[in-house]
Amino acid sequence: MLAILKYKAGNQTSVRRALNHIGIPNVITADPAEIAASEGIIFPGVGAAGQAMDELTAAGLDAVLKEQVEAGKPLLGICVGCQIMLDYSQENDTRTLGIIPGECHLFNPALEDETGAPIRVPHMGWNRVIPRKPCALFKGISDDAEFYFVHSYFPNPQPDYVIATTTYGKEFCSVHGGPGLWAVQFHPEKSGRPGLKLLSNFHAYCKEAANAQ
Amino acid sequence: MLSKRIIPCLDVRDGRLTKGIKFQGNVDIGDPVESARRYYEQGADEIVFYDITASHEGRGIFLDIVEKVASSIFIPFSVGGGINTVDDMRDALNAGAEKVSVNSGAVKDPDIISKGAARFGSQAIVLGMDVKRVAPTEAIPSGYEIVIHGGRKHMGMDALDWAKTAEVLGAGEICVNSIDADGTKDGYELTLTRMISDAVQIPVIASGGAGHPAHMYDALTKGGASAALIASIVHYGEYTIPDLKKQIQAMGCKMRLTW
Repeated sequence: MLAILKYKAGNQTSVRRALNHIGIPNVITADPAEIAASEGIIFPGVGAAGQAMDELTAAGLDAVLKEQVEAGKPLLGICVGCQIMLDYSQENDTRTLGIIPGECHLFNPALEDETGAPIRVPHMGWNRVIPRKPCALFKGISDDAEFYFVHSYFPNPQPDYVIATTTYGKEFCSVHGGPGLWAVQFHPEKSGRPGLKLLSNFHAYCKEAANAQ
Repeated sequence: MLSKRIIPCLDVRDGRLTKGIKFQGNVDIGDPVESARRYYEQGADEIVFYDITASHEGRGIFLDIVEKVASSIFIPFSVGGGINTVDDMRDALNAGAEKVSVNSGAVKDPDIISKGAARFGSQAIVLGMDVKRVAPTEAIPSGYEIVIHGGRKHMGMDALDWAKTAEVLGAGEICVNSIDADGTKDGYELTLTRMISDAVQIPVIASGGAGHPAHMYDALTKGGASAALIASIVHYGEYTIPDLKKQIQAMGCKMRLTW
């Protein structure tokens, strides 16, 4: 059973629909006991970092998340969830969870794309995700696969935590973390087959980790 | 590198597609959920549903369809037609759409854009605009005027000004539909598309006039659009989405070819 974190700045139902489609048992919950009992946590997020952080804190889930990560529970942060796992976001000048060292920065619209045109902000649409180190999330996913992004701020973790990168005006980190603690800037639940495969890889990792304990 | 997007548009009335869709194989041509599923499997980057239902009952049926679509395709899709209030936006987003498209509702009440953006985020708010070429005047200096009701009603608003205003109000994307080009299959209105895409920071979707992959290539390069909306070019089986994508990529424009 995967726990999808319930708070007011998440696209929980989209994640849930994707998990249901691939037959992964899941529950949308803010209950600490239920979260603790799950095999892994999915932490979605939409909107602005400041508001998401406020909502998370208001629901008391910031502490729950940190505890679970310390206890070794697998975690997958998505989009704004991915961003606020870092220490700080430029968006609303927000101090964030600090689960992974790093900051989140605004795309500079003066940057240019491959054709020499200024990039548009937000970065919206499909882009490639190039693995920089082996990662269980990408098992069986083609290197040519693309994922759906929509964001104006990008993660900038400490270099040791960079797992995969994407190019938009510049190369930025689109997946960060380490084994069992992952943050993806794109939306796997909206990225077609490769996205569903990534979610199923996460679930497989969670099950293995739970069995090993 | 960001891929340019290809977005089929499906018109729905009272729960059925208004134009037949000719897929190979044994598919009910009038079922929007099945059609969405087919385009998803063919590699559409996004899908737009346009509700042209007039009745209240029809609206309920449409939202049921949106929910079914959300459980069967796992790419973004947007919903337009009949979105006139923040509650309309909420209903469509709750049913599972990623984005809502406002058009005449925003012309009549521009604040709906800022209210929607504040509540749901800019990424969820698309401004759709129907545009007609006119002789430039003091009120319409760009020579492109906003129209509603399928082009029957001129609003005395300059399309260029409206695009800039909508961006400031918080629209996350603008879909520029040329009434002059719509249905001609002679190509998109490139001057208009370029003018709007140069004037705003947010992505622009070109709409109206696609009859050939080269038209789409032009809209995505010369027109500066981030995405091309298509309808009859795929609905009647002339091209499949993989055909279009391969040809556009061969012309030199980056497409998503693996899914």
